[in-house]
Amino acid sequence: MPTASARAGDEVVLDLSGLQALIDVLLADGRTVVGPSVRDGAITYTAIETIEALPRGVGDEQDAGHYRLRERGDGALFGYASGAQSFKPWLFPARQLLWGGQRTADGFTIEPADTTPPRLALLGVRGCDLRAIAVHDRVLGSADRPAADAHYLAARTDLLVVAVACAEPSGTCFCASMGTGPHPGEGADLVLTELDVDTDHRFLVEVVSERGAAVLSAGVPVRVATDDDRSAAAAVVADATDRMGRQLDTDGLRDLLYEQAESRQWDEVASRCLSCTNCTLVCPTCFCTSVRDVADLSGDKAERWRVWDSCFTGGFSYIHGGSVRETPSARYRQWMTHKLGAWQDQFGSSGCVGCGRCITWCPAAIDITAEAAVLRSAAQPREV
Amino acid sequence: MTVPTDTAVQPPAGPAPDAMVPRPFRVVGNRQDTRDTVTLTLEPVGGRRLGHQPGQFTMLAAFGVGEVPISISGPVSGPLEHTVRDVGGVTHTLVQAREGSMLGVRGPFGTGWRAGDGKGGDVVFVAGGIGLAPLRPAVLEVLADRDAYGRVVLLYGTRTPDEVLYGRELEQWQQRGVDVEVIVDYGPPSWHGRVGLVTKLVPRAGFDPKRTLALVCGPEVMMRFVALALTDRGVAADRIRLSMERSMVCGIGLCGHCQLRELFVCADGPVFGYDRLAPLLDLREV
Amino acid sequence: MRTIEQLLPNHPFFTGLEEPELRLVAGCATNVHFHPGEFLFKQGGSAERFFIVRHGSVAIEVHSAERGTVVIDTVADGEVIGFSWLVPPYRYVFDGRAVVETSAVAFDGTCLRGKCEDDPRLGYALMQRVSSVMYERMQAARVRMLDMYGSPRDRAH
Repeated sequence: MPTASARAGDEVVLDLSGLQALIDVLLADGRTVVGPSVRDGAITYTAIETIEALPRGVGDEQDAGHYRLRERGDGALFGYASGAQSFKPWLFPARQLLWGGQRTADGFTIEPADTTPPRLALLGVRGCDLRAIAVHDRVLGSADRPAADAHYLAARTDLLVVAVACAEPSGTCFCASMGTGPHPGEGADLVLTELDVDTDHRFLVEVVSERGAAVLSAGVPVRVATDDDRSAAAAVVADATDRMGRQLDTDGLRDLLYEQAESRQWDEVASRCLSCTNCTLVCPTCFCTSVRDVADLSGDKAERWRVWDSCFTGGFSYIHGGSVRETPSARYRQWMTHKLGAWQDQFGSSGCVGCGRCITWCPAAIDITAEAAVLRSAAQPREV
Repeated sequence: MTVPTDTAVQPPAGPAPDAMVPRPFRVVGNRQDTRDTVTLTLEPVGGRRLGHQPGQFTMLAAFGVGEVPISISGPVSGPLEHTVRDVGGVTHTLVQAREGSMLGVRGPFGTGWRAGDGKGGDVVFVAGGIGLAPLRPAVLEVLADRDAYGRVVLLYGTRTPDEVLYGRELEQWQQRGVDVEVIVDYGPPSWHGRVGLVTKLVPRAGFDPKRTLALVCGPEVMMRFVALALTDRGVAADRIRLSMERSMVCGIGLCGHCQLRELFVCADGPVFGYDRLAPLLDLREV
Repeated sequence: MRTIEQLLPNHPFFTGLEEPELRLVAGCATNVHFHPGEFLFKQGGSAERFFIVRHGSVAIEVHSAERGTVVIDTVADGEVIGFSWLVPPYRYVFDGRAVVETSAVAFDGTCLRGKCEDDPRLGYALMQRVSSVMYERMQAARVRMLDMYGSPRDRAH
């Protein structure tokens, strides 16, 4: 393929060897390339170095409480909906050292943990997960807060993002309802759309940023995109938009949730919810954490770790000998009202990106879109 | 090879990354106030004093034991003061902190009382139990500029006379122009002060509801009833401020624990207007 | 099941009321039923009604973040609940929750207040009865406040 130069705003095309060249350029830049791979029966985002690690010919079946991989029978590299986890564990790890301390003769000394940025490149970021990164930028940055999360800022610094449009939404996807996909929105450096897997396997590349352009110019063979390439990509996205597994009516949702705070529906869903916290673990925007203070046996050395926490745990809201949210009913209400309602007041957007993972990974098959619909119909005045 | 760093999303700018790292402070005083409450006086080990607003709190840490949110109970100038009640593992260690020992401090965090908004009018402080401690810095702020205010009233309810905090200081405040009324839930015959619920003091206390700023701190049930008593007397809901409490871990609005529906008690509060809080106070488990 | 008109004359709360007065009161009453867990009234709500429990049990509760829910009183068969309808600003400050299947007679507060205003003798008669119940409960609340059964170690005095 003849090499064209690329600038921000251009659209180019690369083939499979071009995709490998892209990964090679990122590796040569000293980055860890994080992309999808099959592991333990699921698509996970892990460090990769070659396109052979990508889930070639693998698709996924997702529904409430259901996840299976399947053989597609073709060579698509991104023929699934989304990974079992998002990219959250890479930018916001489940365990993060905050500081180490040492007891001294007259007190103690504290050593803050290192916040050197890890230099990542994310490959295969879906529209939902891309929006989730933007949501976390708002939550964990200091725009609305007295202080930013130092470790998130470090991970986010100099992050390179290669997003991939979704061609195969799953049974639990509703990114279209949330305005986050299937075509990725803002925030990526390059946006890829996989085309014509069986006949002319290639990727349309939207060069979004100068940095994305610089990566291509550093040794990735591309050609200029034609109208055929563009219309093929548009058809993939249009087709995916029509095949969403779920939908969520977001109209007036915050007010609805606030008004329905005393609905009996919360008790009903709580009778099914196990408070297992799976939903908060796989949600790309959940951000609640706690701290663990650990000391060695002598008590002279201590460390403070930040760890993921969940509003579904009984102790999450504990003060003075009891929890504010004692009942599973109150906890489910908290999670859903926060995610779809209060987040709006706090951060100016919904907390939900429509990835559907909370539905897929709920062992009780609870579906946030169905619960929202039930609350909405409960709020309608009944015909007499 | 390096690539230029402009992207469509700029990583947000933030202040120095040390809000989760405690500063060492030396205990220079530990005064027993009541059976289970002490006031600690702390000075920084190197570096400047905190500089706080009345109503703010810090995350106070006992090395190797844990960290808890404690309201600052001292004036804005002077050393850091914390009145601590022994109610659990960490506070049990804190109340026993000897002079010369070292504690970790993060902060100050949260919104303040902004008692200055009451200038040109009357100010009413209503305290319940240990709720007097977070109000004390605001009382001292008003006393430091007494002439800027009209009537200044403190209504203080506590369980028994033994549990009155800052007893001698209350007399000094009385002399400096604060109408101080203390009331207990029950007491011995030797107690010649008032007995009853602190709301009893609201209807006849000497303030003009139409030009009053009311600052209320105590257990949530007490604050609810006091706010009702104040609005019944004609104080506007947005001129009544309450200090709320929820589980706290980070103190900087990032860990999510202190959420009261859409409000982060550590960052949007702990001081809130009653107009904002009233509907939330009637909801259970929120 | 007896009707309200049959119930009221025999009920201790209304002993001594004349027949015309009983009829006025009954005119403001309806039969109501609550399932376990249902609220008769909630803190913050406007006090529209007071109730006489026919059969069942109602818990008067206070809820706060620090203490959770504490039951501060229960009202059982034949007893009266809800006085906020008579005292401005006519607002409930506690929650009332049915503990078991509970049937009650609910009196519309606005209706009753109106009738009391039109007929001060009726008003005085109801005031006497309500005061008597409140008096008993207040005395009991004061004595319970002593925390008599607690260990001396837990007590401040």
